[in-house]
Amino acid sequence: MKILNCPINGPRPLQEFHFGGELRPNPLDRKDGADADWADYVFNRDGEPGVKREWWYHIPSGTWFIAERDNVTDQFQRTYLYGAEQTDG
Amino acid sequence: MPYRLLKYALHKDHPEPRMFRAPERLKEEYDAVIIGGGGHGLGAAYYLAKEHGITSVAVLEKGYIGGGGTGRNTAIVRSNYLTPEGARFYQESVDLFRDLSREFNFNLFYSERGHFTLAHSPASLNTQRWRAEVNKHLGIDSEVVDRAFIKKTVPEIDLDAGGHQAPIYGALYHPPGAIARHDAVAWGYARGADQRGAEIHQQTAVTGVEVRDGEVAGVHTDKGFIKTRKVLSAVAGWTTSITRMVGLRTPLVIHPLQALVTEPLKPWLNSIVVSASLHLYMSQSSRGELVAGASLDPYELISMRSTLDFAEGMSAGMLDLFPFLGDVKILRQWAGLCDMTPDFSPIMGTTPIKGFYIDAGWGTWGFKATPVSGKTMAWTMANDHDHELIKAFNLSRFGRFQLVGEKGAASVGH
Ligand SMILES: Cc1cc2nc3c(=O)[nH]c(=O)nc-3n(C[C@H](O)[C@H](O)[C@H](O)COP(=O)(O)OP(=O)(O)OC[C@H]3O[C@@H](n4cnc5c(N)ncnc54)[C@H](O)[C@@H]3O)c2cc1C
Repeated sequence: MKILNCPINGPRPLQEFHFGGELRPNPLDRKDGADADWADYVFNRDGEPGVKREWWYHIPSGTWFIAERDNVTDQFQRTYLYGAEQTDG
Repeated sequence: MPYRLLKYALHKDHPEPRMFRAPERLKEEYDAVIIGGGGHGLGAAYYLAKEHGITSVAVLEKGYIGGGGTGRNTAIVRSNYLTPEGARFYQESVDLFRDLSREFNFNLFYSERGHFTLAHSPASLNTQRWRAEVNKHLGIDSEVVDRAFIKKTVPEIDLDAGGHQAPIYGALYHPPGAIARHDAVAWGYARGADQRGAEIHQQTAVTGVEVRDGEVAGVHTDKGFIKTRKVLSAVAGWTTSITRMVGLRTPLVIHPLQALVTEPLKPWLNSIVVSASLHLYMSQSSRGELVAGASLDPYELISMRSTLDFAEGMSAGMLDLFPFLGDVKILRQWAGLCDMTPDFSPIMGTTPIKGFYIDAGWGTWGFKATPVSGKTMAWTMANDHDHELIKAFNLSRFGRFQLVGEKGAASVGH
């Protein structure tokens, strides 16, 4: 069974989690807001191989958090609550 | 014993010619280089030679031909899509498929079975009715059928799904739905391209694409540099690695898709049965194995591992519909990579980089498009201009917010 470490609830089986996609900069931080930038934000993704920062959700406890995961080896490297990057999860 | 078999037994060397040559080394330059020896890449090489007289072409495949999605899919071919752009495109592919064994003089075991998409709720039956009407309007053979029709055609099915799943209310039925021997499709195109002069280089990986002043100048491979002004990326689930080489942003994300086959049984299932609610589609191959596919893995992964979760899920779905399969054993389980787009339509054609063409976004639905993709991509490369049938699929559609939404028709994983 694959185990993922929830920053609040500790190690739990992967079946308890939901994948929320890559962590992306907040679009409201953009000053320009040109159509092309919006299209890039809405549609384009960083689907390349590598270590990614992603949103994950622990379903039973309703916890959204960030995981750093290698999308080729499927190894989770770190998990932490959004904004709490410094503290290792 | 047929004489031909006896000849095999007595011969020291293999008496049959190889399907295609294995050229010793790469040339310095080609008119066009195709990255990826799946059905799409080989198809493009075939039609470039056959229809456009472009034969100085190298197909570069990092593994063996057909080793990607082409040899891993559940081989379903159909055209009951939802948008006019999609339906027209896939219908052209079905038309090409029907004639392909004859064209190749090579049996692809193209077998029209009839394709059921089961509805497990009145709401889903309504959607199917909508799809059937759109299909009919576009001249595609597609209709909604009731429980009695399903039971008559597939007598073994349990229409109440054992009572632990929602019962079947009806289905969308698409009589031309077919299956084919997928690896033979790759070999047929490979042989045809090879006979017309194209070179197929297996065990040759592309490691970089050289772009100078916005134009393609060549490709780097693990066997050296090749000069060329036209490059087609036809690598489906590996596309994000290639687009990174040329700095092109796309909406593609990669997920695995899993499938399995059971031990062979005597023929009993003639139709292709799909249930989105049970995350399952299945058919019986010409060898007698039951071939089943699942829905997409739930998170991004560029790896072809398979999981026990999915073996269990697919088996459970099969047993809900066909409880008598309880003692049947699973022979193999595997996964392939799916390059998913947000609108479930492909990304095809020219790009902002001159001479760089893309054939991607094949997700879980690209096998059926092999012939039409090969044909239209060859045309697009020869004319440096998107073929009429693929205009709507250009990468630029996202920048224009002009998506081609096929979710309803393509998302079940085949
Ligand atoms: C389990 C499963 C079931 C499916 N079922 C269906 C179905 O029923 N019907 C349907 O229509 N579709 C189905 N699909 C989707 C279909 O298989 C694919 O969309 C299709 O095969 C893509 O073909 P292709 O030729 O574009 O790519 P592929 O066949 O994947 O070929 C790409 C090739 O590129 C090579 N390559 C990658 N990177 C490089 C590099 N850097 N250098 C050189 N070569 C490289 C790879 O080795 C590979 O051989 C299914 C997919 C899966 C995984």
